[in-house]
Amino acid sequence: MTRAVRDYDDIPGTYVFDGEHSRKGYALNMFCMSLNQQANRDSFSADPEGYLERYALTPEQREAVIARDWLGMLQLGGNIYYTFKLAIVDGLSMQQVGAAMSGVSTEEFTQMMIDGGRPIEGNRHEGDRKEHDHG
Amino acid sequence: MAEIVGGVATSHVPAIGAAIDHGKQAEPYWAPYFEKIEPARAWMAEVDPDVCIVAYNDHASAFSLELIPTFALGVAPEFPPADEGYGPRRVPVVQGHPELAWHLAESLILDEFDITIVNEMPVDHGLTVPLSITCGEPEAWPCKVIPLCVNVIQYPAPTGHRCHELGKAIRRAVQQFDGDERVVVFGTGGMSHQLQGERAGLTNVDFDLAFMDTLIDDPEAQALVPHTEYMREAGSEGIELVMWMIMRGALSPRVKEVYRGHHVPTSNTSNGLLVLENA
Repeated sequence: MTRAVRDYDDIPGTYVFDGEHSRKGYALNMFCMSLNQQANRDSFSADPEGYLERYALTPEQREAVIARDWLGMLQLGGNIYYTFKLAIVDGLSMQQVGAAMSGVSTEEFTQMMIDGGRPIEGNRHEGDRKEHDHG
Repeated sequence: MAEIVGGVATSHVPAIGAAIDHGKQAEPYWAPYFEKIEPARAWMAEVDPDVCIVAYNDHASAFSLELIPTFALGVAPEFPPADEGYGPRRVPVVQGHPELAWHLAESLILDEFDITIVNEMPVDHGLTVPLSITCGEPEAWPCKVIPLCVNVIQYPAPTGHRCHELGKAIRRAVQQFDGDERVVVFGTGGMSHQLQGERAGLTNVDFDLAFMDTLIDDPEAQALVPHTEYMREAGSEGIELVMWMIMRGALSPRVKEVYRGHHVPTSNTSNGLLVLENA
């Protein structure tokens, strides 16, 4: 069975956390959820690989966690509110994670926000930017 | 009879809580924002409500993917601040109002809003940051609080229309409560922001200002805006704005705009603040 097309599928650079996404990412997100507890944060920091054994992550999800591939985690079913818990363990801010996901430096990302944020023009639909760039 | 005396809508960005908790309000980055919240604080102090009903969302703190209630109403005597990964915020424990909360639960369910009743629930920045924004840093929060937790993380969130209708049902329920409580209803979250993906950092001030106008003047029209329009125009996390519809529904059909503040950025968010009274 193929997934029905959704009207939000063409929002660029956006991973809507729908049922399909949630099923895919359940173990990954629940691992992240466990980091709400200090004892678990300590266990994870002491032995990341061993701690991850407790959760039924796919090899790709496991690799993305170890590599701190923030965009990859989203693509593998992660939800930002959950994956950010891992970022907190690393001492990262939402700007740092936002920069990593959008492929720019933290300084560039922070400056973009100070300048008013990422503009909506050219970012509504897949392909907008191309049309925009090519005038 | 209890009555709803006003409504507040505000973003609930965690960095605002951190700025308050670490005394950064006067820093150049934060000072312009904190200046803009003063009128809302003054209004809260003057109105001095007995109870605030706060529509907010939990961010994987009290609830996880294990159990995802669409609307969860806190009926407990108190709600502790949640540990969101930094240790709990050092803010006062939130005092509930079990009598009014249970009345709301009964009234809403019999009014066909099948809410979830919650006896134990830590509350995260979604609820405590709006209290810090409007009440500052008191030893104890100046009013009782009934948390109304709304799922906006797992798609689909409740529709804007459902949220607006729930607000109306809250108004009916409060008006039927045998007490003299003066109640303020909060809608929190938003405005435009996207935390995730390659489009992270998206803001849309035109959308936000138009949303405020329509929310105030024609909420029935705003209630019909579909989720995809919020996600496309206001960012994936901009969907939180449906919670502002709950606050609006709890007020009279016509309202007076007491105060409006808007500021970009607070962290990754286009920040909005509204104070409304029944007209």
